[in-house]
Amino acid sequence: MSLLGYVFMQRALIAGTLIGATAGAIGVYVVLRGFSFIGAGIAHAAFGGVAIALLLGIEPLWGALAFSLAVAWAIAYTSRRAALKEEVAIGILFAASMALGIFLLSFIPGYRADLFGYLFGNILSVSSHDLLVSFVLAGLVFTAVAVLYKEFLFITFDPGMAEVSGFPVGVLQGLLLSLVALTVVLSLRVVGAVLVAALLVIPAATAYQLVRDFHRLLFLSALLGIAEVVGGLIISFYLDTPSGPTIVLLSAALFALVMFLRKRSP
Amino acid sequence: MKPVVELVDVWVELGGHTVLEAITMRVEEGEFVSVVGPNGAGKTTLLKVILGLVAPQRGEVRVFGRPPRDLGRDRARIGYVPQAEEIDLRFPLRVIDVVLMGRYGILGLGRRPRREDRRAALEALELVGIRELAGKLIGELSGGQRQRAFLARALAAKPKLLLLDEPTTGVDPAASESFYELLRKIQEKDVTVLMVTHDVGVVSRYVDKVACINRRLVVHGRPEEVVTSEALAEMYGCAALFFHHGRIPHMVVRPHTDFREEGK
Repeated sequence: MSLLGYVFMQRALIAGTLIGATAGAIGVYVVLRGFSFIGAGIAHAAFGGVAIALLLGIEPLWGALAFSLAVAWAIAYTSRRAALKEEVAIGILFAASMALGIFLLSFIPGYRADLFGYLFGNILSVSSHDLLVSFVLAGLVFTAVAVLYKEFLFITFDPGMAEVSGFPVGVLQGLLLSLVALTVVLSLRVVGAVLVAALLVIPAATAYQLVRDFHRLLFLSALLGIAEVVGGLIISFYLDTPSGPTIVLLSAALFALVMFLRKRSP
Repeated sequence: MKPVVELVDVWVELGGHTVLEAITMRVEEGEFVSVVGPNGAGKTTLLKVILGLVAPQRGEVRVFGRPPRDLGRDRARIGYVPQAEEIDLRFPLRVIDVVLMGRYGILGLGRRPRREDRRAALEALELVGIRELAGKLIGELSGGQRQRAFLARALAAKPKLLLLDEPTTGVDPAASESFYELLRKIQEKDVTVLMVTHDVGVVSRYVDKVACINRRLVVHGRPEEVVTSEALAEMYGCAALFFHHGRIPHMVVRPHTDFREEGK
């Protein structure tokens, strides 16, 4: 049977397209602002949220959403207070949240197998409900990027000047990090908490080697994101490997290839 | 002449340290004033106070006759050129896009730049003499060209007050001089210019007034008075006690060239 003959695979591919596009686009801000570590922090916090939701019998995505949004705003808040070392705070927060997640999940019988899925991604796990949620989250992310294009560009390039020009930099920073959080939650099922951060970095970093124009960078990064997630899903289907690592390996290979070819060209 | 910037007994404390102490000064409409002083003298803080980014613990600040935080839409009448090192030069933006950011303040939240904003940005680039570089990436420019691009950004909203923070850091002397000449040209278009610098010697040939700051306002006056006075000696650490008595300092006039040799 061909790969599209499976309903779970159809869902995974649709979700993968949404994930690739959002992670690719949001990744541009993450990379240019040097937020890579923050992406990882939010992703690990989301895992803690999943565990608590499972323990309480709530839909895991809501737990992930609540935790990752809370962390996003906490980071936005602390980064405005220059006296605090935000990296240290994130470092502690994300390790603790991750540990809490695994700790709590070990108490739930039968969730051991699913634990692996939440950590590294599972293409079988995308339900039609998940797909609906994915459309809503991706829609939110793209609407925000379109409406606040100028504002996000401004606070990413020159936050000091944005503040002087009267823009609410703290709130915009929080909103941008919230979009990172939404992207993480959206990607959790397919890519897994451990590797989501890579998806926020690699497509944008690959695109950055090819184009030097912010607008085109957004588009190319989104396209690369789609190609990498969908490509990775197809490979993982045939090789029967976990989807997250397959996607990340494919993305990293593409990044290395582009870097190698660019070095060789005059 | 009306004062564009007015500070009365302004005290600023940041992180437990007094950064500015009893600063009283005014900048009249159409003047070109440079603020000089050693590192850590509070020069950048002074600009931030004028921009309304730092609120003084004591004293009054008025810009265009109003406290900077109440300027509202008139905030766009202040152009600002921040210190160059605050910007990531690998950022994939073209010069025209950077200059367009100077229009964002007028546009406000949610509104996109239109044709008239693009036109104003190109005019600003024309004024600073680098219109032909509009399509280049910001990281491809030389230090001097980049400073002109950031000046164009500050000018894109057609400000009445221009604030510059060490605009010639990392720019070679010839380019710095032509940058100051450009500022004079802008001043002639009824723009009040306030520039923070540590380039004391050269700048005095271009500006109307010099304010020496070392936490306190040491001296504020015409460059031939200020630059040759012992105020500089005090500013850089050798206290001249008589400056503590009274607001108008005693001027000790020395030949101009004399100072510049010493200043090196």
